[in-house]
Amino acid sequence: MHLDHSHDGPAAVSADARRPDGTRRALRIGLGGPVGSGKTATVAALCRALRDELSLAVVTNDIYTREDAEFLLREAVLPPERITAVETGACPHTAIRDDISANLEAVEDLEDEVGPLDLILVESGGDNLTATFSRGLVDAQIFVIDVAGGDDIPRKGGPGVTTADLLVVNKTDLAPYVGSDLGRMAADAKAQRAELPVVFQSLRAESGVRDVADWVRKQLAAWTA
Amino acid sequence: MTAAATGVRATARIVARDDGRGGTSLPVLEGDGPLALRRTRGSGDEAHVMLVGAMSGPLGGDHFAVRAGVEAGARLRVGSAAATIALPGQAKGEARYDVRLTVADGAELRWLPEQLISAGGSDLRVTTHADLAATARLVLREEQVLGRVGEEPGRLVSRLVVRIEGRTLLDQELDCGPGAPGGWDGPAVLGGHRAVGQAVVVRPEFEDRPVSARVLGEGAAVVPLAGPAALVTAVAPDALRLRRVLDEALKSLG
Amino acid sequence: MSRAALLVLADGRFPAGGHAHSGGAEAAVKAGRVTGAASLEDFCRGRLHTAGRVSAALAAAAVLGVDPVRLDAAADARTPSPALRATARKLGRQLMRAARATWPSSELDALAREFPKGAHQPVVLGLAARAAGLGALDAAYCAAYESVSGPASATVRLLSLDPFDATGVLARLAPELDLVADQAVEAARECVDAGVDALPAASAPLLEISAEAHAAWAVRLFAS
Repeated sequence: MHLDHSHDGPAAVSADARRPDGTRRALRIGLGGPVGSGKTATVAALCRALRDELSLAVVTNDIYTREDAEFLLREAVLPPERITAVETGACPHTAIRDDISANLEAVEDLEDEVGPLDLILVESGGDNLTATFSRGLVDAQIFVIDVAGGDDIPRKGGPGVTTADLLVVNKTDLAPYVGSDLGRMAADAKAQRAELPVVFQSLRAESGVRDVADWVRKQLAAWTA
Repeated sequence: MTAAATGVRATARIVARDDGRGGTSLPVLEGDGPLALRRTRGSGDEAHVMLVGAMSGPLGGDHFAVRAGVEAGARLRVGSAAATIALPGQAKGEARYDVRLTVADGAELRWLPEQLISAGGSDLRVTTHADLAATARLVLREEQVLGRVGEEPGRLVSRLVVRIEGRTLLDQELDCGPGAPGGWDGPAVLGGHRAVGQAVVVRPEFEDRPVSARVLGEGAAVVPLAGPAALVTAVAPDALRLRRVLDEALKSLG
Repeated sequence: MSRAALLVLADGRFPAGGHAHSGGAEAAVKAGRVTGAASLEDFCRGRLHTAGRVSAALAAAAVLGVDPVRLDAAADARTPSPALRATARKLGRQLMRAARATWPSSELDALAREFPKGAHQPVVLGLAARAAGLGALDAAYCAAYESVSGPASATVRLLSLDPFDATGVLARLAPELDLVADQAVEAARECVDAGVDALPAASAPLLEISAEAHAAWAVRLFAS
């Protein structure tokens, strides 16, 4: 069998920090959370905030369509070759946790085809509160919930709320209308997460995705250090 | 041709050759027993041959073979005068129909026989091998009809192999009728359809410009193979509708 | 070797991407050809004796040491639908990743280098079985079982079919799985001497045609 000279060796197997050619691969950050909490909007806002300073790409995991990928394409937050959709066979949590093979193919293909990349955002399909990313797929994960989903979500906990590297409570502008108590959500989150950070954001506010983008920059600084 | 208790053995042979004057000659045109061949009026530089079934058949135990070779630069079209009907026979065992086609560089073969009808109680194994040179061209259509009107089909095993310079480009075998492995008439294979067919088109230019895959209605698709060829696969309720969709697809390939 | 490695390789939870594929069941459900346990059984039986039989023989031949590049070309010739060829390579690449992590082997490394975008899944499956110390019959069983377990579990999700009914379908197919695995090994042994033409080429027109239709859908639950 002849060797394919574009590859010095077979692709990395899982979470190896180095690519086959020895260079450091892109930082991979997962965004999970329930349906409608604003994952895709947060990804879009992050792309707009970071695209001028970083080389980045997005992998979406849709449930039964390419809708999230289509949204990002339509919004033109990144050139189309930097956005890939993974199909999940009606089980979005499986594709990010139990069988990450399709997502690993997707992130490696992005690095091969548009690389070198600094950052890849992997967005999960909207799922339930127990869905978390495998450490074999992402280096850090953000869990996105929103105030309209019920202000008792932080109190209820669950792996996403409790263990995500960053918890984002989205749509804070809606709190007065849906009767959510932001103070209580913050206290419950603190109780569940101890020192792990929480960001309250409204993408409609002037600050928008700023706090999350700053957190991502810090992760990236630690990754490349 | 030999006839015995084991059934009829017959081999028909065709060789088509560039006659050097812008036409195609047929230095070999040998029918054998039930397999008669007739040259009909050609068109342009293409010679036309008709397979004329002198007997209905093949019957159980019969072994029929057709060998057609198209030499460099020649053009041949082969059709048949009527559908071939596989029938049960007196002799024991399956009947065989073996077609070997070779097409040399710069030559073209259009192999467009009428349907093969698998009558109730028959047992036929058909093999079609087309061996092509690198710049040969081929249009090959084959259609199987499972049973005459209102009749259960016989057993039919049909294998089609297309090779270019010895490399196998397509290898497909359909096995259906009583005694075939389970599920042949089910939702993964034929789904109750009584007519099934395929058409292969090989052209060197497909190497650089493959056809795009497309679906034609409910029961047919045109696809690029992993080489310079396109395949039309179709299922239909009957022979007429099958022919219509295959011909439409062939026409769309130009 | 440990025979129990077969349980690891054949486990539906082996992380090689299968969960996102329905093996043609989604298209058959949409077309109204699979509507419940009985038609699922008929679908699975047909797939087992066509695509399953071919996959099992390819996998068994890979275990017996037949050149995987030739086997991959034979798989191409037996898979007219480009959508199904792409799916087979995609799943082959995903299986390659899982297998190399599970049973490191220089043969798997070499195949990964030869096919950076993936070889046909049954060929990878055969080499994975070999790397796991399994035999040709084990690989054939694994391929044959996958050809029906995928559609069965997908149909549970697609039709909200009672999972006990779907499992019953698989159990009823067991004797035919035995038969297909045995035939596959026989063909694979023949292939060692006679070349890849000795491999079965059983085709399923509806699987080929509807795979192309399915690949063009804008909305679907499964990748294939």
